[in-house]
Amino acid sequence: MTETWNITLRVSRQKQNEAPHFDSFQMEVNPDEYVLDAVERAWAFHDRTICFRHACHHSTCGACGMRVNGLEKLTCITLIRDVARDGATLKVEPLRNFPIVSDLTVDMGAFYRKMERVEARAVLPVTEAEIENPPAQWDAEDSQYIRLSDCIECGLCISACPVMATTPEYLGPAPLAAAQDNGIKRKPELLSVVDCEDGVWRCHSAFECTAVCPSFVDPARRIMDLRKQVVGARLRNLFGKA
Amino acid sequence: MDSTRNQPSARRFWSWFIPLRRDIGSWAFALNRATAIGLTIYLFLHLIILGKLAQGPGAYDQFLALTENPLIKFGEWLVVAAAILHGLNGIRVVLTSFGVGVTRQKQLFFGFMAIAVVVILIFTARMY
Repeated sequence: MTETWNITLRVSRQKQNEAPHFDSFQMEVNPDEYVLDAVERAWAFHDRTICFRHACHHSTCGACGMRVNGLEKLTCITLIRDVARDGATLKVEPLRNFPIVSDLTVDMGAFYRKMERVEARAVLPVTEAEIENPPAQWDAEDSQYIRLSDCIECGLCISACPVMATTPEYLGPAPLAAAQDNGIKRKPELLSVVDCEDGVWRCHSAFECTAVCPSFVDPARRIMDLRKQVVGARLRNLFGKA
Repeated sequence: MDSTRNQPSARRFWSWFIPLRRDIGSWAFALNRATAIGLTIYLFLHLIILGKLAQGPGAYDQFLALTENPLIKFGEWLVVAAAILHGLNGIRVVLTSFGVGVTRQKQLFFGFMAIAVVVILIFTARMY
């Protein structure tokens, strides 16, 4: 028999010239549904003016990132059971550190431009990917195979980063992780982009990006590795081995 | 529409100190920021007090008599506790910043904070 919970969905609302506020919607849900299902139900049966982004519903497009009860979640893979209980209130808000377009929809433009600055790869040769249990030796023909990059550009790390909250110029976790993925040796031109005040040295090790990342990119570890790459490049430049 | 409330701004520095529901790294970050600000304020107070020396031994001795006040003593305890917490948390940041224990940063934090508590307790026992 299907389990049913009664929850109150509180949705952050902000339209043009409107003061920000919350609208509440009472609804019956199956706790094994996802938070995005509840938002869609509010839109479908209660208020067609709720504005939110969604597309793939299986954590590939990165469109449905929101703050659920104050924490960044990819709502299409966040079970209601994991963030609420029967009779509870489920609060959904837009991601932080982005301009609000409408309600739960934010303008990701500046973030995408930063991803372009570091020449983030959407796909990469499987031989360069961080995968579990890679073979001891790749075959020559393996390099023809490509796979999607782990980062789905959902922006959750940008919202969760405490440094990002106060420094709009900071590149941020996902772009720095993308720069690490490219590698300073492979793309030396990235050195000037990341080795600066608002680049790799701005991170203050809160590790919140890694905590919220739904795609196991582990941006914090990648930022620390990028620092090693930058120091290595500086030393090589110092001793004329560029 | 005022969408600026959601955008990055230096005025939102207060959010550094609200790590509620967040992971342990955010608590470590907030602790480091709070102790850093406390120690910076102390540094200025310290310099102001040292400036009393320029007003002659009388003025300085007058201040030294104040240090027996329990409130001032508690303030001194806070400074030492903040320095220990900040210093040990800082070692964690330095280590992880250069790739040491990055995937074990939570354990590093708990380890260093355990050391900090022991050192603070020893200092407290000696102070009082």
